[in-house]
Amino acid sequence: MSFPTPDGVVEAVRGVSFGVERGRTLAIVGESGSGKSVSTHAIVGLIRGARVSGRALFEGRDLLAMPADDLRRVRGAGIGMIFQSPQSSLHPYYRVGWQLEEAIRAHERVEKKAARARAIELLRLVGIPRAERRVDDYPHQFSGGMLQRTMIAIAVALNPRLLIADEPTTALDVTVQAQIIDLMRRLQAEFGTAILMITHDLGVVAGMADEIAVMYAGQVMETAPRRPLYRHSHHPYTEGLLRSLPRADAPRARLTPIRGQPPSLIGPPPGCPFQARCDYVMDLCVERPPLAPVQGDPGHRSACWLPPDRWAQ
Amino acid sequence: MSAGANPDVLVRVEGLVKHFPVKTGALFGGSGEVVHAVDGVDLEIRRGETLGLVGETGCGKSTLARCIIRLLEPTSGRVVFDGQDIAGASARELRTFRSRAQLVFQDPYGSLNPRRRVGSIIGDPFEIHGVAKGGDRVERVKALMRVVGLNPEHYNRFPAEFSGGQRQRIGIARAIALQPCLVVCDEPVSALDVSIRAQILNLLGDLQAEFGLTYLFISHDLSVVEHVSDRVAVMYLGKIVEVAPAADLYAHPRHPYTAALLSAVPVADPDVADRHQRTILTGDPPSPLDPPRACRFHPRCPKAQPVCAEREPALEPRLGDGPEHTAACHFPVADGELLPTAPALAGEPWPSRP
Repeated sequence: MSFPTPDGVVEAVRGVSFGVERGRTLAIVGESGSGKSVSTHAIVGLIRGARVSGRALFEGRDLLAMPADDLRRVRGAGIGMIFQSPQSSLHPYYRVGWQLEEAIRAHERVEKKAARARAIELLRLVGIPRAERRVDDYPHQFSGGMLQRTMIAIAVALNPRLLIADEPTTALDVTVQAQIIDLMRRLQAEFGTAILMITHDLGVVAGMADEIAVMYAGQVMETAPRRPLYRHSHHPYTEGLLRSLPRADAPRARLTPIRGQPPSLIGPPPGCPFQARCDYVMDLCVERPPLAPVQGDPGHRSACWLPPDRWAQ
Repeated sequence: MSAGANPDVLVRVEGLVKHFPVKTGALFGGSGEVVHAVDGVDLEIRRGETLGLVGETGCGKSTLARCIIRLLEPTSGRVVFDGQDIAGASARELRTFRSRAQLVFQDPYGSLNPRRRVGSIIGDPFEIHGVAKGGDRVERVKALMRVVGLNPEHYNRFPAEFSGGQRQRIGIARAIALQPCLVVCDEPVSALDVSIRAQILNLLGDLQAEFGLTYLFISHDLSVVEHVSDRVAVMYLGKIVEVAPAADLYAHPRHPYTAALLSAVPVADPDVADRHQRTILTGDPPSPLDPPRACRFHPRCPKAQPVCAEREPALEPRLGDGPEHTAACHFPVADGELLPTAPALAGEPWPSRP
C-alpha cells in the first residue's frame, strides 16, 4: 500500500501477509506509523487515495476485487468493526438506538419495531444499564466506556464472522478496558467470531490473542503464537518492545528503550527497516530478510537474519 | 499531622476543594449545579521524592495538580509550598513561586507554539524571569538542550520538525530551565510510543538524580507509576482514597478501588495474564455533579455495607499498616483476599439469533 503525498510516496505497507481462523484472535501489534491500522482498514475498503496491491480473502472471496455493493454487504453483516475513538464513531445528532437500528435495517428487512427491540436487547447484552431507557439517549449522554460498548453492539448486531477491533480500548480507563476485553472474549466464546485486534499495547493482548504479528515500518517483523512471542521473541524489535516496558519486579530500575526514531516511510532505505536502531545489526541487513521459520514453534516466523536457533546457542 | 515545619515536606495540601459551577443554561441564571472536581484533599509531597497520583478520567487528579501550582484558584483549602501559603500569595510572591514549580504537559503537540523556534520556546523562562540575556541566554538554552538529549544545533528549528518524543524533551527542557524544586508531570508519556516512552522515563529519572527535583507524577498508567514513584496516592471522584509507598500499595492494596484498579492492569506476560483473577468493576464512575454520599465508591464497591453510605471513612492506617500506608475504607482488603466479581457481568445470557 502506498499513498502519493506532496512530499513523496509514503510506502505505508510493504508486503504484509496474515490470516485469522474462525473463533481465533490475531493481534497486530505496532507503534505509530507501523501500518497496522491502514492495512486492516484497506482490506475492508475504508482507505481512499491509496494504491493497493495484493489480495484480502474473506471466506474465499477477494475483498479488494469485489464490486462496491458486494463489499458493502460484507461489511457489517460479515465483518464488524470497532474503532479507537467511540466519540467520533457515532453521529452526535442521532439517538444511540436509532443508529443501532439503522445498522440492522441496512442489511436485513426487519420491521422498525423489531429492530428497536433488537437494539435494546443488544445494548443490554453489552452491559448498558436500563437499556430500554438509554436507547433513546444521544451519544453525548453516554460515557466513553458506554459508547465503546455501543460500538461493539453495532459491530455484533448482525452476528459477523470477523470482528476487526482497531485499538478498541486505547481511549479508555483500565477498569473500563478490562470490561471491554471481557465482553469481546465472551462474544467470541459464544459465537466463534474471529477477532482481528490492532493495538500498540503488548499488555492488552497477552491474555487474549492466539497469534500475534508485530509490525514495524509497514512490514511484519515477527509472527508467533503468543507464548513463544513473549517467551523467546526472535526479532530484535520485538525484544526491544518487550524490554521497554516497566517491569513490576524491578521498580525504579533504568528502562531499556530502543534508541533512535522510526524511519521515514518516504523512500525508505533498502533492507531491514529496523537496522538503524538495532543492537545486532550486521552487513547482511542491507538486504531485506524474509519472514522465515524460527526454531522452536512451527507457527513462529521472524524477518531477521539472526540464526533461526538464536536462543539455542 | 502536626509537622507544620517538617523540612522534609515541600508541599502540604490541606483541605483543598475545587468546585466548578456548571455553565449550561447560564442565560437563565445558571443551573446552580457544581462539579465537585476536588473535594477535600490532604496530601504532602516530600522533598526529592516522586509522588505518583493515579486515578481514572475525571477523578480530579489534573485539577488537583493545577491547584497545587496555582494554575487554578482553589475554592477553599491551603497549599503550603516550602513553608509559604500559595493561596494567599501576592503577585510578586507568586512570580517567585512560578520559577520554583513547573509543569510538563501531556500533549507534546498542543503545548508548544508551532510558529516559534525551539530555542526561543526553551528560552522563555529566562526571558520572563529576566535571568539571562543575549548570547548568555542562547548558551544556556543550548546547554539545556544537551541535558535533555536534544541536538543544540537544532536551536532554530520549529516544533513541527521534531517527533513526539523529541517534543516532550523540549517541554521538559522548558520546565527545568529555572531549576525548579517541584515539577508536576501531567501524563508526560501517555501520548508516546512504548519504545520512546522508555527514553523519556529514563530522562526524567536522570534529571531528578542530577538536580534533586521533586516530581508529582500524574498518570492513568499504573505500571508506569509503579516504575517511577516512591509513594503513590490513589484518587477517586475528587478524594484521595489511599496513599502508600509504591511497593506497599502494589503488593497490599487496602482500598477495594485500588485493588480493582490494580487487577485491571494488563500484564505483558501470557502466563500471568491467564492466571490473573480480575475484579471487573461494573458501571462507570458516578457524576461529580452529584457524588454519592459518605464513601464515594460504595455504589460500585463489591464489599460495600450499609455503613459505607452513611459514614465517610477516614484516610488512616488500616489492618495494622504503618503510618505511611493510609486508606479511606471501612472494610479494607486483607492480604491475599480476592474481591468478589461483580455479578452483573458474570451471567446474562446472549440473546438468540435468527
